[in-house]
Amino acid sequence: MAAAAAAPTVFLLMVNGQIESAQGLEEGISQITCKNRDAQQALVWNFPIDITFKSTNPSGWPQIVVSVYGPDLFGNDVVRGYGAVHVPFTPGSHRRTIPMFVPESTSKLQKITSWLMGRHPEFTDPKVVAQGEGREVITVRSQGFVTISFNVVTKDMKKLGYDVSPSDMQNP
Amino acid sequence: IETSFAEFSIRERMREKLKAARVQTDFPSAEEAYKFFTFSFDPDPENIKDETKSKKKSESNQEEEEGEEQECDEEDCLVNNREDLFIIDQMARDFLVVKPAEYKSYSERLQKEREILFTPSILTVPMSQKVPENMQPRYIEDEGLYTGERPIVSLSNQNILENRILRQEQGKRWFGDDGKLLALPSPIKQYSTRPPIFSLEEGIEPELETLYRKAMKPMHANQYIVGSGDPQGQFQLDIDISGLIFTHHPCFSREHVLAAKLAQLYDQYLARRQQNLTKLLTDKLHALRNAVQSSLDNSGTSFLHIYIYRQTRRLRDAEQEKDRTLLKTIIKVWKEMKSLRDFQKFTNTPMKLYLRKEEVDQRSDKKIYEAEIQAEINELLEEYMEEYEKKMEEYKTELQEWKSWKKAQKTKKKKKIKQSQDQEEEEAENSEYVEEPVKPIPPKLADSLEVEQQVREKAINIRRKPGEPVLIPELSLTGSVTPNDLCPRAEVLRREDVKKRSLFLKVLFNTKEVSRTISRQISSDFRVHFGQIFNLKIFNWPESLKLQIYETMGFSSTNLLAEMFIPVPETTVLTGRARTEEIEFSSNQRVMLDHEGVGSGVPFSFEADGSNKITLMTSGKVSSSVSWAIGENGVPLIPLVSQQKTGIPSALKNIDAVASIGTSGVTDMKKLAKWAAETKLDPNDPKNADLMQLIMVATSGDACVPGFFRLEQLQQEFNFASDEELNRSKRFQLLQLRHREVAEFRNYKQVPLLEREITEKLFENYEKRLRERDVIDSKDHLDAHRALVAKYLQKVRESVINRFLTAKHHFLLSDLVNEEEVPSLGNLGLSLFKLAEPKRPLKPRRKERKKVTAQNLSDGDINLLVNIIRAYDIPVRKPVLSKLQQPSRSSRSFNEMFAASPSPQSPTRSIDWTFNQVLVHPFVEVSFQRTVCRTTAAEGPNPNWNEELELPFRAPNGDYSTTSLQSVKDEVFINIFDEVLYDVLEDDRERGSGIHTRVERHWLGSVRIPFSTIYFQTRIDGTFKIDIPPVLLGYSKEKNLGNERSYDSVRSLSEGSYITVFITIEPQLIPGDPVREKLYYLLKFDTQEDEKLLQAAEKYQAECALKFPSRQCLTTVVDINGKTVFITRYIKPLNPPQELLNGHPNNSQAAAELVARYVSLIPFLPDSVSFAGICDLWSTSDQFLDLLAGDEEEHAVLLCNYFLSMGKKAWLIIGNAIPEGTTAYVLTWEQNQYVIWNPSNGRCYGQFDTFCPLQSVGCLISFDNIWFNIQQYDSPVRINFDISKPKLWKSFFSQSLPYPGLSSVQPEELIYQHIDKAAALELQGRIEKILKEKIMEWRPRHLTRWNRYCTSTLRHFLPLLEQFQGKAVEDDHQAELQKQLGDYRVSGFPIHMPFSEVKPLIEAVHSTGVHTIDVSNAEFALAVYIHAYPKNVLSVWIYIASLVRNR
Repeated sequence: MAAAAAAPTVFLLMVNGQIESAQGLEEGISQITCKNRDAQQALVWNFPIDITFKSTNPSGWPQIVVSVYGPDLFGNDVVRGYGAVHVPFTPGSHRRTIPMFVPESTSKLQKITSWLMGRHPEFTDPKVVAQGEGREVITVRSQGFVTISFNVVTKDMKKLGYDVSPSDMQNP
Repeated sequence: IETSFAEFSIRERMREKLKAARVQTDFPSAEEAYKFFTFSFDPDPENIKDETKSKKKSESNQEEEEGEEQECDEEDCLVNNREDLFIIDQMARDFLVVKPAEYKSYSERLQKEREILFTPSILTVPMSQKVPENMQPRYIEDEGLYTGERPIVSLSNQNILENRILRQEQGKRWFGDDGKLLALPSPIKQYSTRPPIFSLEEGIEPELETLYRKAMKPMHANQYIVGSGDPQGQFQLDIDISGLIFTHHPCFSREHVLAAKLAQLYDQYLARRQQNLTKLLTDKLHALRNAVQSSLDNSGTSFLHIYIYRQTRRLRDAEQEKDRTLLKTIIKVWKEMKSLRDFQKFTNTPMKLYLRKEEVDQRSDKKIYEAEIQAEINELLEEYMEEYEKKMEEYKTELQEWKSWKKAQKTKKKKKIKQSQDQEEEEAENSEYVEEPVKPIPPKLADSLEVEQQVREKAINIRRKPGEPVLIPELSLTGSVTPNDLCPRAEVLRREDVKKRSLFLKVLFNTKEVSRTISRQISSDFRVHFGQIFNLKIFNWPESLKLQIYETMGFSSTNLLAEMFIPVPETTVLTGRARTEEIEFSSNQRVMLDHEGVGSGVPFSFEADGSNKITLMTSGKVSSSVSWAIGENGVPLIPLVSQQKTGIPSALKNIDAVASIGTSGVTDMKKLAKWAAETKLDPNDPKNADLMQLIMVATSGDACVPGFFRLEQLQQEFNFASDEELNRSKRFQLLQLRHREVAEFRNYKQVPLLEREITEKLFENYEKRLRERDVIDSKDHLDAHRALVAKYLQKVRESVINRFLTAKHHFLLSDLVNEEEVPSLGNLGLSLFKLAEPKRPLKPRRKERKKVTAQNLSDGDINLLVNIIRAYDIPVRKPVLSKLQQPSRSSRSFNEMFAASPSPQSPTRSIDWTFNQVLVHPFVEVSFQRTVCRTTAAEGPNPNWNEELELPFRAPNGDYSTTSLQSVKDEVFINIFDEVLYDVLEDDRERGSGIHTRVERHWLGSVRIPFSTIYFQTRIDGTFKIDIPPVLLGYSKEKNLGNERSYDSVRSLSEGSYITVFITIEPQLIPGDPVREKLYYLLKFDTQEDEKLLQAAEKYQAECALKFPSRQCLTTVVDINGKTVFITRYIKPLNPPQELLNGHPNNSQAAAELVARYVSLIPFLPDSVSFAGICDLWSTSDQFLDLLAGDEEEHAVLLCNYFLSMGKKAWLIIGNAIPEGTTAYVLTWEQNQYVIWNPSNGRCYGQFDTFCPLQSVGCLISFDNIWFNIQQYDSPVRINFDISKPKLWKSFFSQSLPYPGLSSVQPEELIYQHIDKAAALELQGRIEKILKEKIMEWRPRHLTRWNRYCTSTLRHFLPLLEQFQGKAVEDDHQAELQKQLGDYRVSGFPIHMPFSEVKPLIEAVHSTGVHTIDVSNAEFALAVYIHAYPKNVLSVWIYIASLVRNR
């Protein structure tokens, strides 16, 4: 996992909809990382997650929710971005770049105070970013990107009637 | 050889050398070889010419080599010179074969290549070579078969290939019948299989690139989609309204009426003349006459011709007559008009009728006339003759018949004379059925004179007289209208009135006004000219087009004269080609005018005497035309039928039907069918198939036709399976149910993949529940009323939950984003100060972080930690008294009993006492979700355990979400038992060597704490009163002196038994936020409260929360209908049941206690459980009593209301209590002291009672105000309840906001049903039976015996308990029991509960563990008593005891 955001912590979470069981790390915190010294200044986590999902129904396909935290000017841990992406459903290696965003303060005054206090607005539940519901009430600002590479293996998808292998996708 | 060669080039020399060598031998000798390689030629410097030198230089590399070679040569020379040294007889040239490089000239090579290679020619191969011999090529394509497209190959390539293949063996098999190479169809796909990837901007993924699309109007968004594929989309209707003519108007004068009539007649005349039917028919008649004539001449008769001829003649006559009468009426009307004009001495209309006379040649005219008449006469005569002949024939036959009949009659008569008496009868019979035929009259021959007379008369009537000039009427508007000043006053008034009037038309499209004409005055001839064209841009096929005519009178109001529908034009009617049509309208308005105008709907007459009245209605004609516009490019802007059909799937195919008869027509199947019949829909056209089917269904009338128009026309196209199919699929059903979060399936994991793997059982429960939603199951409830209530409650719960489910999807910013409040200035300063602090301090302090609810919990992760610390005043064992030693009942006193207890009794019973040295051996057992944990046994009445018990927690259905946890209904039972050891030793002699004891446990009391309380409070820490049954057989309180339990006595510590526990959940679960705010947001509009009041309440609450955030402050609550209600509306004096008051007429205290008990007997049902933590719903007292279930608030409100009606000062306390958490209590002012009542158990406490469960007081509520506690402390012991002090209590209504006199939501009066004792008795029996069965069920390995004697004793005792509310009867009872059952060791107790359902009763009995006794000879006794209170409030007593016979 690599990112171009200026923040050294990542918080991971899996959202399951109708995915009926999951084994592995469903939620966790990565190590803290610092900026690379090269010109790109990317933050590299290389944080592996291993998780298996099991379901008989693709509704609520698993998503990965990434929340990045990092210290601000005064050293407070503040949120640097939220982002979510569906786990690719075709087997193989995939790379996904998630644009990250953070909720904005409701007013200028709050923005200043939150900056001073080091308490920026946060989502009550990071899962919010994986759902469309209730987004109409919030304002967000974009904040860099996180790149995730997936290695997906599926089993018995065809048996369940879901044909997702790449060859079949091209020549239906 | 030697170096003599000076002139030779080195090469030449080499060649020579080699030649020589070749000549000599085949293989060079070793020496030769050596020489060859080592010999250096040493050219003479003199010999070598400059030429050669330059040549050498030019041959750069070679030269050097050669130079070496020269050297070699030289050496060679040397070696040669020393030939003798190496005796080698063979030279190198002997071994080497040197050939010149082979080279063939180009032509030679071509020659050779020609021999080997074959170059196919690029010339076309003649067909004959390609097909088998003697065969003609056959072209399949020409025969009409599809051959597929051949891949494109250039002709020359093809020719080459063909030529090549032909050379091959069996080359011809590569050719098809058509003489072409066999080829597969072109492999090139028609479409690209992969999208072209090219990006305009670098760095942007092509998929994400933004494209500019022109904004499109969502025009086909509704149901009248005309053509979704239509690019132009807009259609245009042109409505041309040219003018309006009144055929009658209220302002018509009499002359106008006549003029209108005349104009109408004239129009008719013109129309007739144009048609000229008379002429047409006359011509036809002539033609037919000739035809008949000729047919008669030729072949006799042609009846058909004659028939037609006659028919035509009749028609012509009728037409002629019509013409004639029309002309006559025109002239008559005109005459009338003229006379009217003369009479009134002015003219109103410019109408003039000219009668043009067309002179005719009298003679020829007469001739024709005569000829005509003659012809007609002849024909008529002919006709009559025919008729006559026919009739004659008939007559003859009839006559024949008659004659024969006559003859027969005569013969009969003869017979009659001869025969005897019965003749008469016979004759009578005969005369009965044989009618006497009348003698036929011979038909008359038509008289020709008569016929002529007839014909002539008719001719005079219907035809112009011969020689009479042809009259042609001509109507002209050239007459002059009399000017106003010459007219009488009435007429002037009329004219002025007309001038005042103006008209305008509204155009209504689909009943919506789209445009209107300008307002125009009515001209004096009642014509209005508009000449306006309206262009209607439309999206929808017009459903209706309507015109409305409005008349304006002066400046006064407009009134609708009439409205008329314009037919929607055919699609072929285009602008420019449309004809102006006149549409008639009429109105039935009755208008009477006070001037010359004849009015409308008013009878009037032309005659002077007023006879012959006529009534006319306002009517007229609008001339207009409606047509489809033509677009700029000449395309008509019509939704063309053919256009729509292309490429639109079947569901849209009946669009044209919609278009033709309007949307309303589609639903009306008859109309549709009619339309189909009219348009001659081709039923065999596949395009119409579905429409035809629809019509067939509709007309057959079997299938139900939906009474609506489908909205999602294309939905069907996208359905991959029909709804029935989906419904039939169990898997989809399961998935759907799970998605809908139906309780049974909410957490269903792993829906099977295949249908057959899903068992029917899965749905059983769900379906059962659905079925039984409306069926009342009395088995569970034992009481019809309660069952009904339970159902009702269930419904309320469902509706509320549905409400909140929708509210759940309504998000506020605060639900999604945590944001710091803007701090006040002081805070800001502090935080600025904080900036200076070190950022990552070495010793960090804990910073509160917003808690995140854990969601990945599973079974076994959560434990309930129960820390049992100590207990006070546990009842102690009483010594078992033998029957003999028992003092008489009357003489017993508390003191005696107390004094007697610890001393050892009779020596025979001393065995028991060897183990009973301690008063009591209590231990605590905690059971939760049927998991049981116990402590060790401690000793004495004040035991100290200090033990931690850990009980696993399982959420229902394994769902650990907040809502699910909130709805956990399980309770934690903390049961206190006494561990009793009994000696089971049979023989006293063995006492020295062994101890044989049996451990028994006796239930002493329990504390139950609902899990929801623990969950919401996160921890429970405190001392609780143990629920000890009023009677514990074999036990007594150590100091049971202060037995009086009235509220005015300050109770001692020993009043009850208490236990100190600490309960928490590990790991800590975060209680979900109550959705109150959201609810408030949602229901803000759903209230009947005054907006101002609500605002004030909000403000008040905010102020209070700012000062004391932890204290409860309630101003508004939600009632059972989900509406916000101001809280004081709940408080109102309400009458308690009269029976309760009657019980203690003089003792108000006792009455108050009884009332409190009554209230506490109403079953308790926390809202948070039933409504899953969503909110508190407050029901009014009558609802509460009807439901017979409610939580603390309802109990408290009811109790408070009762107290108020009993004349006490009472308030509602909102505060915190243990273990309920936030709750409501009742405060009363009695005898100069405040008393706090716990409404859920009916107990009362003085203000300074340390064991009062109420921990803090938030606010007080009365019927007219709310007081918020603003004192420093909130514990009831430390606060002052004097609400008159504004420093201590902040009131809601004050001088600035006076109490507006809010009406109460409570009923005027509570009505109580009478006690139904019979039902209670029946219920009692049933409960007893159920409980007995249960106990037997719990003891599967033992025989359960019931001691009937004991049971009956207990049963007698229970009513007493109820009467005294479980007080002060213990000892009497015990003594009696002891007396009667002296031989038994009895342990048992009565349980008292309010009755709601059977299940809690069973649970309570089970938790006491009476059934666990495993003495083989144990017997049981169980008695149930139900005391019924008004309004079906039931108090249940269960007395359960186990008996062991003493040896």
